[in-house]
Amino acid sequence: MVSAQMRAGDLSGITDNFEIKGRSLWADARKRFMANKAAVASLFILIAIALFSILGEPLAAWTHEEIDFDLIGSVETKGMPSFENGHYFGTDDLARDLFARSAQGTRISLMVGFVGTFIAVLVGTVYGAVAGYVGGRTDAVMMRIVDILSAIPYMFVLILLLVMFGRSMFMIFVGIGMLSWLGMARIVRGQTLSLKHKEYIEAARASGVSSWMIILRHILPNLMGVVTVYTTLLIPDMIMAESFISFLGLGVQEPLTSLGALIAEGAKSIVQGSLWQLYFPLAFFVVTLYAFYFVGDGLRDALDPKDR
Amino acid sequence: MFSYIARRLLVAIPTLLILIVLSAVLMHAAPGGPFNSERKLSPEVIANLTAKYGLDQPLWYQIWAYIRDLVLHFDFGPSFKYKDRTVNDIIAQGFPVTLKYGFWSFIIATVLGIVAGVVAAINHNKATDYLVLTIAIVGAVLPGYVLAPIMVLFFTLYLGWLPGGGWEDGEWRYLVMPVLALATGYIASIARLMRSSMLETLNSNFVRTARAKGLPEWKVITGHVMKPALLPILSYLGPVFVGMVTGSVVIDMYFSTGGIGKSFVDSALNRDYSVMLGITLLVGALTILFNLIVDVLYAFIDPKIRY
Repeated sequence: MVSAQMRAGDLSGITDNFEIKGRSLWADARKRFMANKAAVASLFILIAIALFSILGEPLAAWTHEEIDFDLIGSVETKGMPSFENGHYFGTDDLARDLFARSAQGTRISLMVGFVGTFIAVLVGTVYGAVAGYVGGRTDAVMMRIVDILSAIPYMFVLILLLVMFGRSMFMIFVGIGMLSWLGMARIVRGQTLSLKHKEYIEAARASGVSSWMIILRHILPNLMGVVTVYTTLLIPDMIMAESFISFLGLGVQEPLTSLGALIAEGAKSIVQGSLWQLYFPLAFFVVTLYAFYFVGDGLRDALDPKDR
Repeated sequence: MFSYIARRLLVAIPTLLILIVLSAVLMHAAPGGPFNSERKLSPEVIANLTAKYGLDQPLWYQIWAYIRDLVLHFDFGPSFKYKDRTVNDIIAQGFPVTLKYGFWSFIIATVLGIVAGVVAAINHNKATDYLVLTIAIVGAVLPGYVLAPIMVLFFTLYLGWLPGGGWEDGEWRYLVMPVLALATGYIASIARLMRSSMLETLNSNFVRTARAKGLPEWKVITGHVMKPALLPILSYLGPVFVGMVTGSVVIDMYFSTGGIGKSFVDSALNRDYSVMLGITLLVGALTILFNLIVDVLYAFIDPKIRY
């Protein structure tokens, strides 16, 4: 698998090391990531969106659950975005401020994305690393379980769970996270499997490094690249899964909202002509997903050792 | 080959069993039975209902009876909410609808995706390539529930060409938007997949050989590049199929097409557990079956794979 080009790259790295301080994997990756303009721009957009989701509500003239009684009943004609009455993004059908609701919905969507992914990464990495490192029959049994679980239509099971145990943030986090660690487990296992037979692991072992240090210094950092890339690609998946569920009306409960729920409401009200109800949440949704994809792509280019 | 198919089917059985047992245990553990409604029922009525649906039996017996009916009679049991309808009735009503628009989306997604990917790869790094890629990225972040309202806005409200919902036995005007909404995301992913696998194949040694011996470019592509480049697409068709069924939930909600997705959401909102379980099982079984078909096809096309 090691290409001639890679070997040559490694060798030139050796001569460099005599003159300059060796660059770590992460310093190297950071440099490559910074060179990718789309990825860096997306990262800044993501930071901006995160700031909006946190600071948007305190800055808004209204809270996400306050009803503007001046507008109630005449949302289609008076509820459009305006700076005069403080509804920068307009209001929804119940005359609630869409700016605050968008900020709050983005927050929930990002939170589900991060927490769901965190659970998936935690479970998947541990499971995959154990299966790959122990190997043999344990590996076979553990991966067969993953195979069996991946044949389950998980969106249906997730809805089943939400209906049976009630709709709560906790259930959404756990449900989405627990059902999406399978891909991560497969990837981590494959990576661990190929890593543990690498020459540099053997060299480390031969020079008397303890297994703990080998895992910490050699396996984990090499796993981190793949895990990071997959994590960035998993977050938009989680956000999509949550908004799918919210669209069906099975997600977070009112007065809380999420981007999926806002899009669903906006989609229902386009018939009345209040298009701003769809545009603003949709813009946040699409831009967020875009940005995550570009950051993920940039990270993959920066961290994937095969692509150098 | 036959032993391989048999082996794969044998693996499918524990998967389905786990799904059944898991769902039955969940149903049992779920707070509030299916007969909890706004109208208070007297304890006797509830006891009678529980006895009628066999819910007073021990859990293991319920699971056993469910599997027995399913295997022997292909019977998913009665609906907990609609006294005069069985789960089989509900599935039989919704499934053909889903199958119809799902089938067309599947065809359109595969054909358009492959064509777009091939065109992009042949024009690598030219304007056409970037155009296809851009459209593909846009399509990837626009799931059906976002596309559906945009399409209604455009085709129904602005242009007035297509009806905004309904089914009418699948008349084509009612079919267009559901099919497009369901297919777009997959056109995008298939196009991207096809493009990268085409590019990879175009760089391989046998293509250079084919060109070196003087074959015209179109013959190189149809005769040598297409087949190996299509292989990754084939393994992606399994997930596409699952996406069609899952996506039908949104399509049915938005376009009132009345497919299986509507039955699922209705039963979810009604806590009609037996219908939910039946549909989940059906989708699970179809998923397994479809992945099996894809794997077998793979073995036929790829000479490197031997079972």
